[in-house]
Amino acid sequence: MDMAPQLDTDALLADPETRIIVCCGSGGVGKTTTAAALGVRAAERGRKAVVLTIDPARRLAQSMGIDALDNVPRRVEGIDGAAGGELHAMMLDMKRTFDEFVEAHADPERARAILANPFYQSLSAGFAGTQEYMAMEKLGQLRARDEWDLIIVDTPPSRSALDFLDAPKRLGSFLDGKFIKILMAPAKVGGRAGMKFLNVGVSMMTGTVSKVLGGQLMRDVQTFAAAMDTMFGGFRTRAEATYRLLQAPGTAFLVVAAPERDALREAAYFVERLAADRMPLAGLVLNRVHGSGAVQLSAERALAAAETLSLGLAETSGASNPAQPANPRGSAGPADTTDLASEAGEAEGATLTVNSPENLAEDGIVDPGSGHAQEQNASAADDSSASDPDGSPTSAERLAVGLLRLHAERMQVLTREQRTHHRFTTLHPEVPVAEVAALPGDVHDLAGLRAIGERLAEQPERQPKSAAG
Amino acid sequence: MSRLHVVSGKGGTGKTTVAAALALALAADGRRTLLVEVEGRQGIAQLFETGALPYEERKIAGAPGGGEVHALAIDPEFALLDYLHMFYKLGSAGRALKKLGAIDFATTIAPGLRDVLLTGKACEAVRRKGKDGRFVYDYVVMDAPPTGRITRFLNVNHEVAGLARTGPIHNQAQAVMRVLKSPETAVHMVTLLEEMPVQETADGIGELRADGLPTGAVIINMVRPAILDHAAVDAAANGRRAAVAKALSQAGLGGARRGGLAERLVDPLLEQAREHAERVALERAQRAELTGLELPLYELELLTDGVDLAGLYRLATDLRKQWPM
Repeated sequence: MDMAPQLDTDALLADPETRIIVCCGSGGVGKTTTAAALGVRAAERGRKAVVLTIDPARRLAQSMGIDALDNVPRRVEGIDGAAGGELHAMMLDMKRTFDEFVEAHADPERARAILANPFYQSLSAGFAGTQEYMAMEKLGQLRARDEWDLIIVDTPPSRSALDFLDAPKRLGSFLDGKFIKILMAPAKVGGRAGMKFLNVGVSMMTGTVSKVLGGQLMRDVQTFAAAMDTMFGGFRTRAEATYRLLQAPGTAFLVVAAPERDALREAAYFVERLAADRMPLAGLVLNRVHGSGAVQLSAERALAAAETLSLGLAETSGASNPAQPANPRGSAGPADTTDLASEAGEAEGATLTVNSPENLAEDGIVDPGSGHAQEQNASAADDSSASDPDGSPTSAERLAVGLLRLHAERMQVLTREQRTHHRFTTLHPEVPVAEVAALPGDVHDLAGLRAIGERLAEQPERQPKSAAG
Repeated sequence: MSRLHVVSGKGGTGKTTVAAALALALAADGRRTLLVEVEGRQGIAQLFETGALPYEERKIAGAPGGGEVHALAIDPEFALLDYLHMFYKLGSAGRALKKLGAIDFATTIAPGLRDVLLTGKACEAVRRKGKDGRFVYDYVVMDAPPTGRITRFLNVNHEVAGLARTGPIHNQAQAVMRVLKSPETAVHMVTLLEEMPVQETADGIGELRADGLPTGAVIINMVRPAILDHAAVDAAANGRRAAVAKALSQAGLGGARRGGLAERLVDPLLEQAREHAERVALERAQRAELTGLELPLYELELLTDGVDLAGLYRLATDLRKQWPM
């Protein structure tokens, strides 16, 4: 049986050495929710925490009181401060972060020139890597301020999970790179004599580039590059510092996933990438895991039992005799002590006795594939509870059929999830895993985040779960 | 009917799967579709169970009635070299530019340029005609960026407006925009019946409309059957537990008496039913929200064993039954 070590998120949150937690993973797996839930739990257990979110769903943001995007951490109201903790939260404004960076690293006149440059304006708002770069920049700033003892970062919804590790370097190498230098060359003619020969080739090249880009864009890029010249070193230094910060012992990466094939494939990829970059991985958070209080009843047996009852119902209505027991085993009460397996055998026998062609033809009372089935069921149940509280056997059986079909569906989901999960743990047996049980609805208040935090902390007892089916 | 189908949706809703199923559905009756991917994820190759797609249009599947689905993973770098070659005959100069990092620069850092190249390539495929004067592809389906970025991605004109006010990039953006804003294009959204994806879909549709981009259909993916609702579950829980236990016992699941095997199933099964009923109620509210968008709604059922090639064909058939094609 796969026995991956368990991820103890409470221990991670309680450890004062943990200063940064980075939540990463593919889109739609509940990354932001996990980050927020960890923040709430950390704060209520005494940490002074700040959550940096990138692009939260509106109601999740509102639940933390950060529906205004202002790039400054705000204290979250409604946190239980009995343990001495606090929670702050902020949403990243990448343009503003970039602007602040420019203002901090250039003299006022130069900063004004950069901020007004059309190329800069597009770059700061639109470049695919800017968000990643600025998230890391903001993380560096928060860490440097040292006002919080725990920073929890959500990573941008990237095209691929790798982007946020690569983007800082990429942006750094571009702004620092050969091409920008060449573009800039005409802007600083008259310098270095040794550059003269190079400049002939370069001007040919910039001529070509200019033809393709258009003269005006070319001029904007050149002006931008010239203005940014003094800041290039700054970019590189910051990108390297952020990268080192991520590798430092106080940082913990959590890979977030859902028990689905694609999400876990991405998670596996990410685990490998973090290892290659020597980034400290704390473990995998597996969200939306389904469980059942009745795992002893397999999907197959539940469906068979539902079938038996359906056939009984069909027979009853077909014979227009509701008083007749739907199933010959109707009075088999004292079977308590027999084990389920042997009863299953008997059930199959029972199925055979009612499995005549006309019954099959009339089996349409509960259509498993129909979206309207629940209305039939509901009305059946309403009728019986209104007119006949002790119930005709038929409506209780209808309900039982519904319950069994639901259970079969649940067990199928569970089996599939365990299979996908198992595939991951086979590939990466060393990665600690925490499972979070699925909630029926979305989370959009502190109570919901608290509930997620509890589910994260309370890992189910590890008994070898035999995948039913 | 539109010829360029752009498929977007929140992450995790299965937009790549839906785009592929749509490409298959549109290829029925001997037609030829091109399925393009723009985010370098190789999701199409995984779905069709083939090796990674190169920057080259190739047939990846056949459709009923002799139809064909071709696929292309658009890589911005190749798209730029392609473009330079087509318009400037810059074969070797292109390579020199690449060496200098200029291509990287143009496709990665220069904002908006990348998107013009990606959408530009798709539009080129839409308009491309063969020697016989007929369109090479009857339809082009794009597995597009997610909802949060789709309007910005498609609105290349706006994105490069501040950047290139004149010149070749400006002209290219204008040409792309003419196709994207015409009835030749339809932008579809894939969603689940959950709060966040539905909210994002509504927001995304609002943004598309505000920018004058043509909206198409909303596809509700991974729909699960509703089996019981609150009324039924409450009825079962209130005073009818014994009767339910008896029914389970009749089905051969053990004794109905207190502590019997069937009786012990009642609580966990009711708990599951309660969760299910809660979900059914939430889904009903989400469906109402989607109906309010006043766009065609199509539904695809959840494939409980995940999407394999056979599942993909099944989804394509389901789409074809609902979609006026």
